[in-house]
Parts: sequence; structure tokens; C-alpha cells
Amino acid sequence: MKQFLFEHGSEILEATLEHVWLVGATMLLAIAIGVPLGMVVARKPWLSKPILGSANVAETIPSLALLGFLLPVPWLGDRADRLTITALTLYALLPIIRNTAAGIASVDPAVREAARGMGLTGRQILFQVELPLSVSTILAGVRVATVLTIGIATIAAAVGAGGLGEFIFRGLAMVNNRLILAGAIPAAVLALGADFLLGVMERLLRPTR
Amino acid sequence: MSEPSEALPREGVIEFRKAGYRLPGGQRLLHDITFTVGRGETLVLLGRSGAGKTTALRLINRLADPSDGEVLVEGRRTLDWDPIALRRHIGYVIQETGLFPHHTVEKNVSLVPRLERWPESQIRTRVQELLALVGLDPGLFLKRYPHELSGGQRQRVGLARALASDPSILLMDEPFGALDPLTRADIRAEFQALQRRLGKAIVLVTHDTSEALLLGVRIALMEAGELKGLYSPGEFLQSSEPVAAAYLGQLRALETFQKGERS
Repeated sequence: MKQFLFEHGSEILEATLEHVWLVGATMLLAIAIGVPLGMVVARKPWLSKPILGSANVAETIPSLALLGFLLPVPWLGDRADRLTITALTLYALLPIIRNTAAGIASVDPAVREAARGMGLTGRQILFQVELPLSVSTILAGVRVATVLTIGIATIAAAVGAGGLGEFIFRGLAMVNNRLILAGAIPAAVLALGADFLLGVMERLLRPTR
Repeated sequence: MSEPSEALPREGVIEFRKAGYRLPGGQRLLHDITFTVGRGETLVLLGRSGAGKTTALRLINRLADPSDGEVLVEGRRTLDWDPIALRRHIGYVIQETGLFPHHTVEKNVSLVPRLERWPESQIRTRVQELLALVGLDPGLFLKRYPHELSGGQRQRVGLARALASDPSILLMDEPFGALDPLTRADIRAEFQALQRRLGKAIVLVTHDTSEALLLGVRIALMEAGELKGLYSPGEFLQSSEPVAAAYLGQLRALETFQKGERS
């Protein structure tokens, strides 16, 4: 065991950092796209079906297949990390969109009515009332999406994007359980850590009602 | 502006002219409402749930627009007002208070002044003034959140928030409805004193006959989306209209019961 860690320690660290980079970039992108889409879903009911529907469909495509589909796309297919981050983002969107919409929908109607009656513009209601009151719900969605993404990101090794999946694939090929665990354990630790940290943030930002 | 300016003093602050309101589906919520509220006057809209009281109130600050007739605020059709400007010009108090749960009392009360970009020092003075006005000690309450207040205190904060930019019009939708009877009596009495001091045009919605008699300079009795009559409290007590009589009957029954309890 010691021997193994000694030989592969720096490699594991490197793969973990790659993994964190893939997941981090994915989450930033997914938040940047998902939160505004969630706001649209909450505000414009007629757009909610197409948006949630598409995000749902993306969620159902098997991850390996999705990577395969995206591979021939010109700019995306050029680099493995680009390709992976795009695919992962598509998976991460649904929980973020859904929770953003749910958070906004759960704002007390009396608060919204009062805000309108006091002369807040639609924009002010969104940014000063609805979003602040939804932060913890949105974060709960980000949390689910992050844990999900950390898991799916191991598949990225299949297209050569690196990350902890490298060990898992190599271990599978060489029928070496230790190698598989060298990828799986850090991935699990990452997932648990992210879950814990985001859970703490969610609790801190929960509005007092 | 479509109205000549000399018309202002004659017309009062709020004027309904044959105003009606239908839902997009065609259902009629209000029909042919005409009344005027002058400066310093309190009009109480009295009626049961679904009588259209709240809808009438919402026509004044353009939370809804009349489908027939027109509503004038300070001599100008509400449709000619910019809705945001109109609403900031009018204080609005609702039963559930609608205080922002993520803001302190201070931030809640200073909402409109901040939107209107008052200077910081002026906002601070104003908030202190307002809390004192509604009977809350600023030192104790400024930093509290709505969930740390009692129902009565929340209602006071709601009133302070509505009064923040010193609007000449105050709309109140069952402001005392959710309070227990004793707190309600206290706040009502204080509100009566405020009413006289503030000199605002107030429209207050209630389904409580004694509240209407106590606070109303005039009482507009509403039933099924129509205005059944406009009375002074004295006239209302004398009225033989069946609907008014029904409300009074309920009140008398209560009084008789109370007298019976005491003796």
C-alpha cells in the first residue's frame, strides 16, 4: 500500500487536480447558464416546458454516448477538456434550473405583492427579493449537480480529458483493483467534501423566515 | 396630462368614475363604482370576502387596471401614470404585511426612500421618526428581522414602511385583520390618532363593521362587485338598506351578547 502510494501519489494528486478543474469549470458554466434559465422558467410559464424538457432530455442521454455525439462538433471536439466540460454542463443544468425556478416560485406571494405595491420594478423584485430569498434553494441544486458531476467526470478519461477516471479505466483494463480504487476513492472523497461544504453554505445562506 | 390643473382641488385625491374590472376570462369582479376620496379623508370599503374590496384598492395603485370607466389619482387617470411612480407615491399596507423576511426592520422601512435614492443620513433620520410614529422603540427594533417580531409589531413596521416617503395616499387592505382582538383595539386606537395627524387620503378595506364605524369618515358598502351605498358612520347606523342593516344586525347581536355577559 505504502509502496503503491509512493509510486502513484503524485499521479493521483495530479489527476485529482485535473478532476477538480473539470468539475469547477463545469459548475461555473452550469450556474452561469442554469440560474438565468431557472429565472426564465419561473417568470415565463410558456417557456418552462421547453427549457425543463430539454434539460431533462440531456439528463437521460448516457454519458459515454453524449461524449461520442459531441466529439464531431467542430470547436468542441478539438480539445478533450472542452468536450468534457460541455457534456458535464449539460448534465449539471437540470438540478440548477429546477431549483432556481422552485426557489423563486416559493417566495411568499404577499411579499411579492407588497414589493409590487411599493413600486419595485420587475427587475428590482427579482434581484432584491426573489433571488436573495432563493439563494439556499439554488445552492441545494448546485450541491446535487456538483456531486453528480464529480461522479460523471470520471468518464472524461474515455476521451482523454484526464481526471481520476484515468485510474479507473486503466485499472479496468489491467484488472487491477488497486488502480481502480486509486481513482474511485479520491473521487468519493471529493464528492463527500463538496457535499459537506456546499451543505454548510446552504445552511448559512438560508433566509430567516 | 388630460385633466386641466384647476380641476384638482374640486376633484379630490382619488376618484372612481364608473370603474369596473373584469378578469381576462370575462368574469366581472367590479361594476360601475363611483366615489371620491378627499385629502385627509378616510374611506372604508366594507363588505364580505369576494365583494371586490381588494380589487377596488388595487385599481388605485395600478396593480390592476380598470376594464371600464376610469380611476383618477390626483386628477390624473391611473392609466396616464407611470405605474412605478404611482406606486411609490402611494403607501400600501396589506394584511400579511409582506415584509421582506431577509431584511431587518430598518431595511424594510427604508425600502422606498432607498429606491428613491435619498441621502443616507436623511434615510436614517426618517426611519427613526417612523418607528417612533408607529410606537416602536428604534433602539430595540432597527436590527430585528420580521420573524423576530409579534404580529402586531410586524403590522406596525408594515405601516411605517408604507408611510416612509410621506405619501399623500395610503391604501390599507385589512391591516388589522390578522391581529388578536386586544392588539387590534390598541393599534386601531393609535391609528385613529395618526389619521388625524397625518392628514392623508386613506382607503381602508375591512369586513369588520365596528372597524368601519370607528375609522371611517365615510363607509362604502360593497356587495358582489357593486357599491351598495356611501354613508357617514351616523348615516350607516340609521340606514334601512337591507345590506347595511344586515351588517348592523350582526354588530347589535354582538353588543347584546356582550351586555348579557357583563350583567
